[in-house]
Amino acid sequence: MALNTLWFIFIAILYTGFFILEGFDFGVGILLPFLGKNDVQRRSIINSIGPHWDGNEVWLIVAGGATFAAFPNWYATLFGGFYLPFFLILIGLIIRGVAFEYRSKHDNPKWRNLWDWCIFSGSLIPTILFPVAFANILRGVPIDANMQYVGGFFTLLNPYALLAALAVTALFTLHGASFLSIKTTGEIEQRAKELIRWLWLLVALLLVILLITTAIITGLLERINFLTIIFPLITIAASLVVGFFLNKGQFGRVFLMTCLTVAFFVLTIFVLLYPNVMISSLNPAWNLTIENASSTPYTLKIMTVVALIFLPFVLLYQGWSYWIFRKRVSNEPKQLTY
Amino acid sequence: MDVLLLARLQFAITIIYHFFFVPLTLGLSLVVAILETIYVKTGNEKYKRLTKFWGKLLLINFAIGVVTGIVQEFQFGMSWSEYARFVGDIFGAPLAIEGLMAFFLESTFLGIWIFGWDKLSKGLHAACIWMVAIGSNLSALWILIANAFMQHPVGYAVVDGRAVLTDFSAVVFNPPIFSHFPHVISAGLVTAAFFMLAISSYHLLRHNETDLFRTSFRMAAIIGVIGTISVGIFGHTQGQELLETQPMKLASLEALYNTENPASLSVLTLSNPSTGEVIIDLRIPTLLSFMEYNRFSGEIQGINDLQKQYEQEYGPGNYVPPSLILYWSFRTMVGAGLLMIVISLFALFVDIKNFYEKVPWFLKILTFTVALPYLANTTGWILTEVGRFPWVVYRLVLLKNGVSKVVTSGMLTISLIGFILVYGLLITATLYLMLKFSKAGPTVASEPPAEIVPSLVNPPESL
Repeated sequence: MALNTLWFIFIAILYTGFFILEGFDFGVGILLPFLGKNDVQRRSIINSIGPHWDGNEVWLIVAGGATFAAFPNWYATLFGGFYLPFFLILIGLIIRGVAFEYRSKHDNPKWRNLWDWCIFSGSLIPTILFPVAFANILRGVPIDANMQYVGGFFTLLNPYALLAALAVTALFTLHGASFLSIKTTGEIEQRAKELIRWLWLLVALLLVILLITTAIITGLLERINFLTIIFPLITIAASLVVGFFLNKGQFGRVFLMTCLTVAFFVLTIFVLLYPNVMISSLNPAWNLTIENASSTPYTLKIMTVVALIFLPFVLLYQGWSYWIFRKRVSNEPKQLTY
Repeated sequence: MDVLLLARLQFAITIIYHFFFVPLTLGLSLVVAILETIYVKTGNEKYKRLTKFWGKLLLINFAIGVVTGIVQEFQFGMSWSEYARFVGDIFGAPLAIEGLMAFFLESTFLGIWIFGWDKLSKGLHAACIWMVAIGSNLSALWILIANAFMQHPVGYAVVDGRAVLTDFSAVVFNPPIFSHFPHVISAGLVTAAFFMLAISSYHLLRHNETDLFRTSFRMAAIIGVIGTISVGIFGHTQGQELLETQPMKLASLEALYNTENPASLSVLTLSNPSTGEVIIDLRIPTLLSFMEYNRFSGEIQGINDLQKQYEQEYGPGNYVPPSLILYWSFRTMVGAGLLMIVISLFALFVDIKNFYEKVPWFLKILTFTVALPYLANTTGWILTEVGRFPWVVYRLVLLKNGVSKVVTSGMLTISLIGFILVYGLLITATLYLMLKFSKAGPTVASEPPAEIVPSLVNPPESL
């Protein structure tokens, strides 16, 4: 396999890892003010992702770094072109990250509400803006012959991108609720389960609408093949199977299904995108592809060696961290880590 | 303001802010790892309390360092996308490796460490904080390797208008890294040492937990002595390397306008910024040559000659970095560094002689000298980065050719104001918490907080 194809796949995997993991902790952040009715409950909710959110976020940092290293033109056109959305995502991630650490270090309701608001909005902003960015990558944006994005901020806020934002916000909220249903106890657990009951069908419906719209917009019907069919279908199927396990009351499997839904949702984007990395709405010849955006084979070879050595370790110790904290988070104040 | 100036201003502000917190994380994570290891080896509860106390302050500092770090990675693409296009083949790799090798390590194990006190065996728990310390310091290594390429590009060729990697090991073992990395690591230790000296002195003056804080004081004094001397040695090496790698930076930080042999060291040079006319110029003859060549002669090129030389080589333009900033940054950094050597030695002397009760004035001074490492870290970083002017990659890419083409001054103004506001609020919260927990001492840090009684807090039902 050509190294640039390998790195396209590798970056797809990094974003998939990021959205599976940070997907539920964004969802948990969005649900914090609604499912946590008092301070102890809010702390329990935060502690369910407490040991993990930082490690989850590194998937994004590595995905960004890998894009920079393997496809510098993609990185440059994307981050320079989508300047304001990425600025807002950064602000969201900043206030959110600090809030987890600072919230409980001062005993004052106003202080805590301020940081809870930071966790909520810091989770919601990236949840809305990442799909906006990816929807536009897939739909195509004005890119000129010199690989420069020539649209504006509001070019990005088209109906298709907003539909994607809506679907993903619902999906991550569901994903967060299904995580909470297996990681918390008592009232929070019950509220999370209730939420899944009325949210799952809406998510499945939104995903179907989004898929149909995507098929029309990207001309999917003209380039049907095994991969472009199977990935979206698994996405939809997994989101529907959520309902099946929900009826049986098997919430571990519900969470597994929301993980699968997110995973195949992200992979679908990359399958539909390949071999392009950014699509020009002005002229197909100006698309950024894995050929014209990539680094040299020498750099890709070094990066491949590094990734093959270190990624297995990362998976091992991150897996271990989830194993250590596999038990449900207590809602007894004395047993909570602050 | 134009795009280039705004982009530079934003990068400067965000990197200075980020680097304001990083050195303490580098040094203090090692200190906490050592403390917890002693606790595991001896079973002495005192060291557990020390681990928790300094660990809590580490966490407050760590959080803000992490979140401001993401900004740096994104910013290379956001406001410096032409730079990213040109050097991505080389510069992207160390960043990606930094994430894979270091960030995953530090953030995953920090999460386990914070929440895992009663879930892991003592030894395993201590191993986690070692992973954090190793991860943090490894990340410093890879980002400095990336920065070394900007300061002294090696292992590349320019093909079809962009730089491509030809020798990865040349990039990794770029000569400046052998002085930059130990210099920064030592600066981290010094920052941790002065941070601990200040807080320990505060409590010793109040006879609060004397045993615990004498132990902290002793540890900090030892680390301070080793760290300050090491910073000095590797700083000096860096200064000597400039002769070969960046003579213009050297001439600018010394305000040496004309080539001299042997060259004099400026003690105080003041000139009228508008006319360039030198008002005061106090210099020690030959000293600069001695410091650069280890002998009493040797040519040091002056700003004017280098400017002429660069104009011939790279075309007309201004190749002189803002000398005023470099000159005073350098002197502030070195002055603070020398002062810290003296202070650490005296602190060690106080501890060995057990003079704590005899020198309250010194303990009082120590509560303020915590500012010194921050001053030195910041001015040192300014010196390194501003001294690169007008290049984004030294003698390869000009700043004006690195800035994004599609980003407008309007966008940059929005983001700059946004970062300043958010960063301003965050530093206020950080300082507030730091002061609160520093002053409260280890008793609070090691017991479950009283604040968790649910009835005390009744947040509104919704936002």
